[in-house]
Formats: sequence, structure tokens, C-alpha cells
Amino acid sequence: MDIRLESISHSYGDTEVLRDINLEIPTGRIVCLVGPSGCGKSTLLRFIGGLERPSTGRVLQLGEQPEGCLNPLTYVFQDFALLPWRSVRGNISLVLEDHGIRGARAREITDDVLARTKLGDFAEALPRQLSGGMKQRVAIARALAVNPAVMLMDEPLSALDSQTRELLMDDLIALWTRQPFTAVYVTHNLAEAVRLGHQIIVLSRRPGSIREAVEIDKPLGERGYADPDLESTQRYLWELMREEARAADEELLDV
Amino acid sequence: MSDIAARSDPIEVRFRGGGFAPKSHRWVGFAVFVLLIALMEWGTRTGWISALTLPKPSDVLATFRELWDSGLLFKHLGPSLTRLVVGAALGASLGIGVGILIGLFSYVRAGLVPLVAAIFPVPKIALLPLFVIWFGIDEASKYALIAFGTFTPTVVATYGAVDNVDRSLIRMGQSFGLSWLSIVRKIVLPGAMPGILSGLRISLAIAIILLVAAEMLGAEYGIGAYILEAGSLYDLERLFAGVVILSLLGVLVSAAISLIEKRLLGWRS
Ligand SMILES: Nc1ncnc2c1ncn2[C@@H]1O[C@H](COP(=O)(O)OP(=O)(O)OP(=O)(O)O)[C@@H](O)[C@H]1O
Ligand SMILES: [Mg+2]
Repeated sequence: MDIRLESISHSYGDTEVLRDINLEIPTGRIVCLVGPSGCGKSTLLRFIGGLERPSTGRVLQLGEQPEGCLNPLTYVFQDFALLPWRSVRGNISLVLEDHGIRGARAREITDDVLARTKLGDFAEALPRQLSGGMKQRVAIARALAVNPAVMLMDEPLSALDSQTRELLMDDLIALWTRQPFTAVYVTHNLAEAVRLGHQIIVLSRRPGSIREAVEIDKPLGERGYADPDLESTQRYLWELMREEARAADEELLDV
Repeated sequence: MSDIAARSDPIEVRFRGGGFAPKSHRWVGFAVFVLLIALMEWGTRTGWISALTLPKPSDVLATFRELWDSGLLFKHLGPSLTRLVVGAALGASLGIGVGILIGLFSYVRAGLVPLVAAIFPVPKIALLPLFVIWFGIDEASKYALIAFGTFTPTVVATYGAVDNVDRSLIRMGQSFGLSWLSIVRKIVLPGAMPGILSGLRISLAIAIILLVAAEMLGAEYGIGAYILEAGSLYDLERLFAGVVILSLLGVLVSAAISLIEKRLLGWRS
């Protein structure tokens, strides 16, 4: 299932946040959104997931959902958003219960996604017993459990330390290689963007509009840590963002 | 820097990170009780505290034993407990229900929060005559008084607790397409439970206070009636025996809530 954004603009009161965004997110590809703080990345992601409505423009789903898809547009949040009173398994079955999936079938699905995220031994643990990286893996497992058409990830690794971040990026790449998923991935971190993105969308400062779309052809599986092939792309992205970021930074100061 | 280090002795960094982390020291509370009672016993025996100021703890105990032996204790305790349980259950469940509605619906909030604020500070004891007119002098007016008194603090605690539920968890529920009812049942209610239970602690203590007030009028039996009768006769031993029973009741209720907290809120560590 593809997603198409058609001339999306949005204002919160007098603040114009997004201006005329047109974007296509093709099936099986990871699209990274980068841009300075406050340019409307999270807002755009909320529009795509239907948690908010844009002032003008619309978000379209094109084509068939994958088979067995329970929740086509599924988020992975920066702060994990796990229920602290439910075990790892309970947090995953939470999103199945509403679709009438319980008992053996729910167990089968949770076991499968826990195995895919290497959490098999922690099914009965409570979130407070887990490290940040494991919590985010639980959140990813929960997202996988509903077999989403598109994963919407808002800075999923930002709350983690850099080593854990590297490990989780490897995990995400392994997951994608096994079974390609579609994702919109918001990040501040250009290294993450060039590592995970098939396409990187650079947004300008507020009001955010698409400044440039950068394609990276190297297959995800062949990209490595501090990959020299990606370095030039990363530097290019930084050149694009530097001015915007500085201007945005100064703008925020005199609000 | 290195000069100073060479000249003066090293000073160990002072630990200043302690405290502010409640730990379980059950025996301390017990020791305080024992100490106080021992002090009273010693004071009254030596005459340092006159018999008119405080009864001798051993005499209070004797009165208590008499109550027990004569079976009068249960005659008083039975009706009191019924009143407390019925009244508090009514008030607390209504309070939790209304509090959740206030927390969930902004129209209900706009309509009821000012009303609750208006009735919260009214001393419910002052309304006893009104309840007697409305519900008669029998049990119903006593239930009503206790229920009314527990209702308001429960409402306030409950909607505060619902307000404090992490919004990002609710967003998560919505983003996975959970139904409204599921979000309330599986996210809002468990998230509000800590606040509701600590509110209940206060409400139930208020219920015990109001129990005595409720038994001021037309109650033959009941701890409150017993205390009031003893008070009017200046029978300090019986007065204290009654007060001790109320205190024990309070400790029991508080322990029961701690038990519920341990069971329901184990996830908080
Ligand atoms: N609910 C809201 N009401 C009013 N203004 C909002 C709201 N949500 C976001 N904004 C404003 O819209 C702008 C874009 O916010 P958004 O969170 O989408 O930015 P972002 O690109 O995700 O920023 P960051 O990189 O810091 O996460 C910001 O200026 C923010 O203050
Ligand atoms: Mg954001």
C-alpha cells in the first residue's frame, strides 16, 4: 500500500507550520524525514497516521493492504508508550485484543514478533525491568504484531544512547531485509537517515516545505557503520540543513 | 589545584543523596505506640498525670475486656461496621464513577466541578438534620451522611487521577485503533488507579469520622453512640476504649488499602 500526500498545508492558529507538501511513499521503502527543530515533522506524521487533520490537502492510501493487516498505519513512538502495568506480552496482546485475537492465536503472534525482535526471553517482564533499547524493541514488536502497511516512526531512537542506537539500526535493517516494510521515519540524526532511508526528504524551517528529496541507491543490507559511500550524502544533507537549522534556532530564541 | 592537594588532607565527599525514598519500617510505628502507652501508664500510676486528665491504659484495657466478655463489643461493632461499609461503598463507588465521567467528558467537567467545589467544604455533620428529614431517623440517613462525606473527596481525587494519566499512552491506544471503551478500560482506569487508591485512603478515614457523627442521632448501638454516651458521662475509660476501637478501625482500613495497592500497583515497583 502506497501513501500519497496531496498539497498538505497546516497552521496552528497564526503559526503556519507546513506549506504545500506533496509526497509519495512507495510500498516497501523507508522514507526519512529530516529538518530543523519545529519544522513540522511530527505534525506531518500525525497527519499521515490520522491522529490530526491538516488545514488543507489530504492523505491518500493507494492500493491493497497486506493480508492480515490489522492496523494499516502504525506508530512507533519516541517515548516507547508502553503500558507500565502490562508485561511485554500484555503490551503486545493489548493491540490484538480489540481485533478479537486472544488465546492461542494471540500467543502465536506475540511469540513470533518477540522472536523477530530478539525478546523471546522477556515476554513476562514488566517495562520497568527493561533497558531503553529493549523497551523500544518491544514497541517495534508491538507495531509488527498488527502487520502494518506503513510504520510511522517519530524519532524512535532519539531517547537511546548511541551504542544502543547502532544496535537497533542493525535490528531494523535485519527486520527490513527479512521482510521489507514501508516506513516514514522522522529523525534529527543524519547518520540514521543515510543508514535507513531509501529516500531522504529534507524539510525547510517553519513553515516546513520539501526542500529536497535525496535518493540513496545502495541496498540497506550493504550499508555499514560509518559507511564511506554514505559519507558524501550525509555531508551534502548537512550542508542543506545547516542554514535552515541555524535560522530555525535563532527563530525559536526570539519567540 | 595540585598545590592545595599536596598541602591539605583529602576530605571524603559528604554523602547527601539520602532520604525521600519511603521504606518499610513497620516496627517503628509499633514502637511509638508502645512508648506512648507506657508513658501514659507510668504517668497515671505515679500520679504525675492526674486521673482526671487521662485514664490509666490498663483500666481502658479492662473496660475493653469487659466489653468483649459481655458481648457488647459486637453489639456495637456490628451496626457500626454495616453503616461504614454500606455508606463508604456507596459514596466511594459513586465518587469514582462521577470522577471518571468528569475526567472523560468536558461538559460533565464544566457542569460538575463547580458543584463539587461548592459542596466539598460544607461540614457534612451540619447536614445531619437535613438527612434525617429526607431519609428518616433510621439507618438510611446514616448511610447517606457517610456516603455524602466520602463522595466529594473521592470525586476530586478520581478526576485528578484521570487527568494525570499519561496522554501519550492514550495517543498510542488511538493510533492502534483501540475502541474508546478499550482505551478507558485498559489505559485510563489502570493509569488512574494509583491516584484513586490514595484518594480512597483519605475518603475512608473521613467515613470513620462521619460514622461517629451519624450515630449522634437515634442510634442505640454503635461505636459512635457508645463514645458519645461515655463522653456525656465523663467516663474517660469507656471513652478511650471507644476511641481505641475507632483508631484500630482506621489502621485496619489503611492496611487493607495497602494490600490492594500491593496487588494492583505491583508494576510501580
Ligand atoms: N498542538 C499544537 N498546537 C499548537 N502548535 C503546535 C502544536 N503541535 C505543534 N505545534 C507547533 O508546530 C510546530 C511544528 O511542530 P512539530 O512538533 O511538528 O515539529 P517537529 O519538526 O517535530 O520538531 P522537533 O524536531 O522538535 O520534534 C512547532 O512550532 C510547534 O510549536
Ligand atoms: Mg517532533
